[in-house]
Amino acid sequence: MSYTRRILNAFRFTCRSFPTNCRRFCTSQSVMASRHTHAKRIEGLDKNVWVAFTSLAADPSIVNLGQGFPDIPPPSYVKDALAKAASVDRMNQYTRGFGHPSLVKALSQVYGKVYSRQVDPLKEILVTVGGYGSLFSTIQGLVDEGDEVIIVEPFFDCYVPMVRMAGAKPVLIPLRPKPGKKTVSSADWYLDPDELSAKFSSKTKAIIINTPNNPIGKVFTRGELQMIADLCIKHDTLCFSDEVYEWLVYKGHQHVKIATLPGMWDRTITIGSAGKTFSVTGWKLGWSIGPEHLIKHLQTVMQNTLYTCPTPLQEAVAQGLLLNYKLMGQPDCYFSSLAEELEGKRDHLAAILQEAGMSPVVPEGGYFMLVDVTPLNQDLSHMGDDEAYDYKFVKWMIKEKKLAAIPVTAFVGEESKEQFEKYIRLCFIKEDSTLEAAGDILKNWRKV
Amino acid sequence: MGIIRILAPYLTLLRPNLVQNHQLIMARRLYASRTIGVDKNVWVEFTQLAADYKAVNLGQGFPDFSPPQFVQDAFCKAVSGGPQMHQYTRAFGHPRLVKSLAKFFSRVVGHEIDPFEDVLVTVGAYQALFCAFQALIDDGDEVIIVEPFFDCYQPMVLMAGGTAVYVPLRPKGGSSVLSSGDWVLSAEELTSKITPRTKAIIINTPNNPLGKVYKVEELQMIADLCIKHDLLCFSDEVYEWLTYDGAKHVKIASLPGMWERTITVGSAGKTFSATGWKVGWAISSGKLIKHMKIIHQNSVYHCATAAQEAVSHGFDREYELFGTPESYFQQLPAMLHQKRQKLASCLRSVGLQPVMPEGGYFMITDISSVNVDLNDESTKNESYDFRFVKWLIKEKGLATIPVSAFFSPEHSKEFDKYIRFCFVKEDSTLEAAEEILRKWSQKE
Repeated sequence: MSYTRRILNAFRFTCRSFPTNCRRFCTSQSVMASRHTHAKRIEGLDKNVWVAFTSLAADPSIVNLGQGFPDIPPPSYVKDALAKAASVDRMNQYTRGFGHPSLVKALSQVYGKVYSRQVDPLKEILVTVGGYGSLFSTIQGLVDEGDEVIIVEPFFDCYVPMVRMAGAKPVLIPLRPKPGKKTVSSADWYLDPDELSAKFSSKTKAIIINTPNNPIGKVFTRGELQMIADLCIKHDTLCFSDEVYEWLVYKGHQHVKIATLPGMWDRTITIGSAGKTFSVTGWKLGWSIGPEHLIKHLQTVMQNTLYTCPTPLQEAVAQGLLLNYKLMGQPDCYFSSLAEELEGKRDHLAAILQEAGMSPVVPEGGYFMLVDVTPLNQDLSHMGDDEAYDYKFVKWMIKEKKLAAIPVTAFVGEESKEQFEKYIRLCFIKEDSTLEAAGDILKNWRKV
Repeated sequence: MGIIRILAPYLTLLRPNLVQNHQLIMARRLYASRTIGVDKNVWVEFTQLAADYKAVNLGQGFPDFSPPQFVQDAFCKAVSGGPQMHQYTRAFGHPRLVKSLAKFFSRVVGHEIDPFEDVLVTVGAYQALFCAFQALIDDGDEVIIVEPFFDCYQPMVLMAGGTAVYVPLRPKGGSSVLSSGDWVLSAEELTSKITPRTKAIIINTPNNPLGKVYKVEELQMIADLCIKHDLLCFSDEVYEWLTYDGAKHVKIASLPGMWERTITVGSAGKTFSATGWKVGWAISSGKLIKHMKIIHQNSVYHCATAAQEAVSHGFDREYELFGTPESYFQQLPAMLHQKRQKLASCLRSVGLQPVMPEGGYFMITDISSVNVDLNDESTKNESYDFRFVKWLIKEKGLATIPVSAFFSPEHSKEFDKYIRFCFVKEDSTLEAAEEILRKWSQKE
């Protein structure tokens, strides 16, 4: 307990025992204030880039390439499956806490095929509230106070606050642009093996990786994953692999699951998302897959946090998975057809940005694209000095140009801010009309 | 529990983590210490058992009838609504829903509720409770839990690093305990449990499993102590519309001085008989909600959009029909009132003594008069009611829940002769249960 807390507690005890004396020394408000203090675990975790930027971009007149959700419709059969599920009485009531039986069975089938191994639906899968909920269950279940967790920058912003909320220390390592090369593709960013190795210590509990990566779009190669795996095995750490964009990989690249590398299944939790798989982010369903001896701790967290996920949504996702399982490997499987559709949009957005004189970082996977805004030469000196350039730029752009993006320094730690503050992140899982509208704004940038 | 926690890291070093192929994964402990002591769960165990034996299920608390047509229609409409119905909505609650909740409950509580500051939508009331404990309970804080309690309160307190302090509802001496109203909280006993470390008290009204509906004097007594000792109050009111025999549900947050220190938790699942939707909420002063928002944004962040939209329509309809016979909040308790009577008479007819609940989904029954040979070796070390319930599932195909699961370890022995029935079931289910009990009593 901190020294301050001890003093505060002693003060409170004194106040309680000698109320009349205390009234002279403290107002009832300060006693109340001390009583209603929040728990230590949330200290410093109040800032959140989404809370800040989604409300700014909520105005319908704004062209929103910010938050990562599709404005293209989900496949009709998943919506139909949901309507159908909700019409069955039993589907409106509680289901199995760790995952609706038909859903875990469907996941077991799909991933059994992907992993080329049997995945036990009841013991090796946990269904959660989105990929987010899986990250939370994983970190709460497996990361303790005093542990260190290595996080690769740029990272999906929730990793750091979740690790801190678990009382652990985030240890950051940035992806770096390959020296000498102009960064035109996400493949031009790499993890330095020596730098990474130096980050492992006796306190390291886990490393979190995200492939395909948000926001850069990097798809880690087998070689890169092997390098990470070797370190995990050498230092006996766990690996939390956030693979929510696993199906969205573009031509010439392949998604590799680190859990399939030798020695890794037993120490890896792999996270997936129905929202990203079926373009239904508002369904908030995800899953963790891993060995029983790890998953059981995530299940403990689940049963003490929200207990079970919504039933009809799980049933509908199960139907969607079963349908696509039969089509796996064929062009009309949604897992591949969505990637194909998005590749077109990726190229469209990249062309729009190039036409506007900028150099996008073309992603190998995922649905985000980074772009360096330096060529726009936007003077923001009137906006003061207290925020990174990209935060100021995006706020200004939303207000003045009615175009929303997300600042990339939201995804990095303090020390890497300078490296990334000229980049903004654009989401391209949008209707062509939305991308066109963004293009118009960029083309007319100089016009007042 | 504290001792086990402190020793745990040392104990586990003695036991290496063995895995498949006998490869050693991590000589040090895999799991986080916050998961110690919270891994057992009565629902996981008993729902599995009921399913395995295909028992007539009066165990877990969910309706086996459908939600009312108007919410089902609202859900279908949401599902076929625009693309935004399937994408992320506002993290702290879908705007339409928080506005409906604020409007509805402002009128009930008699206090202007700000939809964006004073309301947090969660994945069921369960997650609202989780956010409350995580946001406001710290290492070493004490939380008073009134027994019998919905079982999740205790592990949630533990997981937040807190210490649970129990105060039991006790049957009033002298009267034969026929109603949940006969179970009361002693003001002296409650006061004696308050220490300088006490941060909060958690109450549940109508109560699960007892069915007690706290009267305004009882809530006032608790409120006085909260104000005097500057405690927070977590009020789990998921069954707020289900009161019988004229019992009135009172919101402790509406008592003077209580709004700013009370977190009231509600549930769409229980309100609209749609437990599988997992939409719940916490309503409180913005000063407390803001801390809960931080937990929420770092744990699940959003709740599913379409279900929130549907629940919002449900509340708007109920706002207009409030107090009229068409209101679901009148019709559901009226329907359940009948089912409650039905179950009670059926239990009495076979010689059991139900405690009539004033509210909620459940009825507890004293089984001490029942003589059965619980000769199952596998349950030898468990409490009587646990063993009885398992026997009842396996031998008679009837599922219930043992009531000592809702008591603390220190008091569970005093209450191990009660089992809990859920009567929020189709008449056919209740009749099937009746049939089983009748056959059983006839054989004796």
